[in-house]
Amino acid sequence: MQPTDTRDPDYYHRVVDCQWACPAHTDVPEYIRLIAQGRYSDAYMVNRESNVFPGILGRVCDRPCEPACRRGRVEEKPVAICRLKRVAADLRDDIRPRLPRAPSVRNGKRIACIGAGPASLTVANDLVPLGYEVLIFERYTRTGGLMRTNIPSFRLPAEVLDEEIGYVLDMGAELRLGEPVDSLKRLLDEGGFDAVFVGTGAPTGKDLVLPGRDGSDRIHIGIAWLESVAFGHTKKIGDNVLIIGVGNTAMDCCRTSLRLGATSVKVVARKPRGFFKASQWELEDAEEESVEILVNHAPRSFLIEDGRLRGMVFDRMEYEVDAGRIVAERVTGQVTLPCDDVILAIGQENAFPWIERDIGIEFNRWGAPSVDETTFQATRPEVFFGGDAAFGPKNIIWAVEHGHQAAISIHRYCQGLPVGERPPRGVKLQSRKMGMHEWSYKNDYNPSERRLVPQVGLKERFRQLNIEVELGFDADAAATEVQRCLNCDIQTVFEAKLCIECDACIDICPTDCLTITRDGPREELETRLKAPRRNPEQGLYVSSALKQTGRVMVKDEDLCVHCGLCAERCPTNAWDMQKSWIDIPHAEDEATCPSGTSRKSA
Amino acid sequence: MRVTKPRIVPPGAPRNELGMTRRDYEGGMSTLCAGCGHDSVTAAIVQACFELSLPPQSVAKLSGIGCSSKTTAYFVAGAHGFNGVHGRMPAIAAGASAANRKLRYIGVSGDGDSLSIGLGQLGHAIRRNMNMLYMLENNGVYGLTKGQFSASADMGSRSKKGEKNQNEPIDPVLLALSLGATFVARSFSGDKEQLVPLIKAGLTHRGFGLIDVLSPCVTFNDHEGSTKSYAYVREHQQAAIAADYVEPRREITVSYAEGEAVSVEMHDGSNVLLRKLDRDYDPTDRAKALAYVQERVQRNEYVTGMIYLGEGRSHFHDRHNTPDEPLNSIPYEKLCPGSAGLAGILSGFR
Ligand SMILES: Cc1cc2nc3c(=O)[nH]c(=O)nc-3n(C[C@H](O)[C@H](O)[C@H](O)COP(=O)(O)OP(=O)(O)OC[C@H]3O[C@@H](n4cnc5c(N)ncnc54)[C@H](O)[C@@H]3O)c2cc1C
Ligand SMILES: Cc1ncc(C[n+]2csc(CCOP(=O)(O)OP(=O)(O)O)c2C)c(N)n1
Ligand code: SF4
Ligand code: SF4
Ligand code: SF4
Ligand SMILES: [Mg+2]
Repeated sequence: MQPTDTRDPDYYHRVVDCQWACPAHTDVPEYIRLIAQGRYSDAYMVNRESNVFPGILGRVCDRPCEPACRRGRVEEKPVAICRLKRVAADLRDDIRPRLPRAPSVRNGKRIACIGAGPASLTVANDLVPLGYEVLIFERYTRTGGLMRTNIPSFRLPAEVLDEEIGYVLDMGAELRLGEPVDSLKRLLDEGGFDAVFVGTGAPTGKDLVLPGRDGSDRIHIGIAWLESVAFGHTKKIGDNVLIIGVGNTAMDCCRTSLRLGATSVKVVARKPRGFFKASQWELEDAEEESVEILVNHAPRSFLIEDGRLRGMVFDRMEYEVDAGRIVAERVTGQVTLPCDDVILAIGQENAFPWIERDIGIEFNRWGAPSVDETTFQATRPEVFFGGDAAFGPKNIIWAVEHGHQAAISIHRYCQGLPVGERPPRGVKLQSRKMGMHEWSYKNDYNPSERRLVPQVGLKERFRQLNIEVELGFDADAAATEVQRCLNCDIQTVFEAKLCIECDACIDICPTDCLTITRDGPREELETRLKAPRRNPEQGLYVSSALKQTGRVMVKDEDLCVHCGLCAERCPTNAWDMQKSWIDIPHAEDEATCPSGTSRKSA
Repeated sequence: MRVTKPRIVPPGAPRNELGMTRRDYEGGMSTLCAGCGHDSVTAAIVQACFELSLPPQSVAKLSGIGCSSKTTAYFVAGAHGFNGVHGRMPAIAAGASAANRKLRYIGVSGDGDSLSIGLGQLGHAIRRNMNMLYMLENNGVYGLTKGQFSASADMGSRSKKGEKNQNEPIDPVLLALSLGATFVARSFSGDKEQLVPLIKAGLTHRGFGLIDVLSPCVTFNDHEGSTKSYAYVREHQQAAIAADYVEPRREITVSYAEGEAVSVEMHDGSNVLLRKLDRDYDPTDRAKALAYVQERVQRNEYVTGMIYLGEGRSHFHDRHNTPDEPLNSIPYEKLCPGSAGLAGILSGFR
C-alpha cells in the first residue's frame, strides 16, 4: 500500500471527529481544554472564530459533532460538546475589546446582505473588519431571522441573541430594519452594490391540503404560528392541540402550546419511532413535559362541524420494516382525534417572489436557485446565496458556514480574484512531550459518565413563555464533563525510521488499534488487523517500510482513545503525541486585515 | 502522567468460552523499561491464556528474581502466584505441583535466574519432568542489576560499554534436550505469531515444557555487537518448525503435502500441528534435534519453533503417584496417616 500522506491536512482533521463533523469546523478539543483550564473567554473566542454565535449555538445547535464524538464509540454517550460551548459563553468575561472593528478607511466596496439571519450576519462579521461597507436589509423590525421568530425563547433567550448579534453590528455593519427587498432587479440596478448576498432563509411552511382545510381558522402553519407567538400576536391556544409532523418544528410547537394554555398536546406521526426527524434530545424534552407522541397515524381530513374545528381523522397505519427501511404499509382502520387547534409542522420551503426571473439568476424546476456548492455564487456573478436560502432548510451552524464561504467568495470577487480558487487548508503539529512520563496535556482516561444539564422545575417553567428551561452546567459539572474529552487533536504521530519493532506500543494499546504486519493491498491488509476494522469511514494510517523487517505499522484511527500510551511505552520516540491545529481559512486569511486586529485568537 | 492502562472494552471485543475478553487476562501495569522484550512475552502469555479460555484461578504463576521474574505480576491477575528467591523457582514449583497437580504452572525466569544462580534447580526440574511450562526470557544479561553478562551471553558478544564476553554460553535448548525435557521450543519476543501457539501447546503438554524466548533487553543489550538485540535476533533467527495449536474437537482443515506436517495429539484431545519449514528437520527425534541445533549454533543461527516434542512420556506425577485431588481438599483423616501409620511407613525404610 501507499504509505499514508499525513501532510494532507484532511488526514489529521478527520481524526478530530467532532471538528470534522462540525460544518464550521469548530476546534472543539481546544476549547474544551481551555474550559478545563478555566480560560472561558479564550474558549469563547476559539468558538467564535468558527461559529460566530457560541452562546446561541451552545443552546440550540443541531450538534452534528456529538454523534460523531469518539467518546460515543468507547461508551454510550458522547461528550456534551454543545453544552460546554454554553459554559464558555456563560462564564466568559466581557470579550468586546477582543473583537475587530471596521477600519477607519474603508476599501470602497459595498455589499448588500438581504435578511438578518445567521447567514447574513456571518457575511457581515467576516467582511466588515476587512473594510467592506455592509448593509443588511431585513423585512422585519428585529434581527436574527428564524433564530428569533421561530426558536422559542424558552430555548433561546432574546438577550443571548441581542448580545451576540450586537457584536457583529457593533463592528460597523449597517442595519436597515423593516426594509424588505421586494425587487432584486432594482437593488442590483440602483443600489450601487459590488456584490449582493441573499440570506433570506426558507420562510414558507408547508400546508396540508385535505378535506376541511379551509373550514376553520384554528388550523395553523407551524412556522408562521411560532412567528406570531414570537411577535406577541398570538397569546393563547385551545385546550386540546394536535401537532402534525414530528420534526424539530413540531417539538417547538407542542412545547409552546403548553405555555399558551393547552392542557393536552399530542404530536401525531405518520411513521413509527426511528423514522422521526426530530433530534433525540428534543423528543426527550417534549415527552418530559407530558407531550404525547402518537405513531402510525396518517392524516385524512379535518373534522369541521357547524363551522368549528372538532378534530382530525386519521388512518391507522401498519408498516413492515426491514433493516431500518419501510418495505410495506397498510391501513388498518380509522380514528378521529378531537381537538381545538391543529398545528401543521410538516416542513419548510424557500420562496423568492421578489427575485425577477429575467435578471440572469437561474432557478431549477423546483423553484430553487442554481447555486455553486463551494462558492455559493449564483449564475449572476455578483449574487451569492447562503443559509436556508441556498439549498433549503438546514440549521444555524450550516448557515454560518455558508456565510464564511460566501464571504471568501465575495472578497475574491471584489478583488478580481477567481472565485473558484479556494484558499487551502493546512495543518500544524507540535509535540506534547515534556520529559519522562510527562506530557503537556491531561491524557489519563477519565471514566466519568456524561453530566446531566440541570433544568428549571416542571411547574415553574410554564409560568411564563420565556423562562429558559435549561440552566447550563455550573463550573463543577463542567469541570467533570471536560475530562471526558479524549483529546482527539493530540495526534499519534509516527516516525517509521525510528521504530525497532519491539511491539511495546502494540502490547500496551488498550484498544488494539495498532498492528505491525507485512504490507499488502489495502483490502487484504485490513483483514490482518489486531482488532477487526469496523468503520471504513475512519482513517487508516499505514507507515512506510520499517527498518528491521520491512513490515509496516498500521493504525486504525477508529478505535484510538488518544491515551498516549503508545508514545509513553515507545523506547525510541517513534510514536509521539503531537497537538494538531487544523487551519480552516476564512476571508480574513485572504487579506491583510486593515484594522490591524484579528478575529483569530491564536 | 500516571501510567495506567484505561479499562476500556471496545464494543465487539472478542470473548472466549468463559465470556472473558483478552484484557481480563491482564495483570498490573508493567514497570519494566519501555520496549523491553519481556513485556511482549507477557502479552503473548495473556493472549494464549485468553485463547485457551483458562479460568484464571486454574493458573499458578511462579518466578524468581530479575526483570523477567517480575512479569508474573503483569498477567492473569486472578491467578495464584509465588515470587520466590533468586534461582529457586523450580523448587517452589515442585512443592506446589506435588500438593496440587490440578493447576497449570507457568514459571517465568530469566537467563540469569535460570542459567547462573538457578542452573542446578533448572537441571533437576527438567530431569524430573515437572509438569509445568517454563518460560525462560533470555536477553543475555542481568537486566535488573544493570546489564552484566549472563551465562547465555555468546562468546565475543559485546556489552553496552564495549567489553567482550570471554566465557562459553549455556544454550538452554541444548541443555534441556540433553537432560531429557519432553517439550523444547525457542522463540522470539517480537514474533507472537510463532510464540502464542507455542505457549498454548506448552500449557497443554504434560511434563516439562521449556520455551527459550529471545527477549531483548532494550536498555542494556540492544546495541551493535550484541547477539541478543532486536536487530541481531531478527537477522539470525531461523524458524525450523512452526507449531499450530488446534483445540480439542477442532478439525485440522488445512492439508499439507506428504512429509510437510505432522500432527501430535495431546492428552486432552487437542493437537499440535507441526509444520516443517526446513524439510530436513524432525522434531520428534531427540538426537537429530540436538545435532541440528548444535550445527546451527556453530553457524550463529538461532533455530526457533517447536524443536522437540515427546508427548506421552512419564512425568513427575506418574513417577511419584501424586493424588489427583489437591492435598487441601483431602480430609485430614485420610491425609494424615496417624502415629501408627507413620510408624509403619518408617519401618518400611529400615
Ligand atoms: C421552529 C424551528 C426551530 C428551529 N430550531 C433550530 C435549532 O434548534 N437549531 C438550529 O440550528 N436550527 C434551528 N432551526 C433552523 C434555523 O433557525 C435556520 O436554519 C436558520 O435560522 C437559517 O438561517 P438563515 O440566515 O439562512 O435564514 P433565517 O434565519 O431564516 O433568516 C432570514 C431572514 O431574512 C429575512 N427576509 C426574508 N425575505 C426577505 C426579504 N425579501 N427582504 C428582507 N429580509 C428578508 C427574514 O425576515 C429573516 O429575518 C429551526 C427552524 C425552525 C423553523
Ligand atoms: C541471591 C541473590 N543474588 C544476586 C541477586 C542480584 N540479582 C538480582 S536479579 C539478578 C540477575 C537477573 O538476571 P535475569 O534472570 O537474566 O533477569 P533479567 O533482569 O535479565 O530479566 C541478580 C544477579 C539477588 N537478587 N539475589
Ligand atoms: S494513543 Fe496509542 S496506545 Fe492509546 S489508543 Fe491510541 S494508538 Fe492506542
Ligand atoms: S514501541 Fe516504538 S519502537 Fe517499539 S514497535 Fe512501537 S513504535 Fe516501534
Ligand atoms: S533492564 Fe532490560 S530486561 Fe530489565 S526491564 Fe529494562 S529492558 Fe527489560
Ligand atoms: Mg536476563
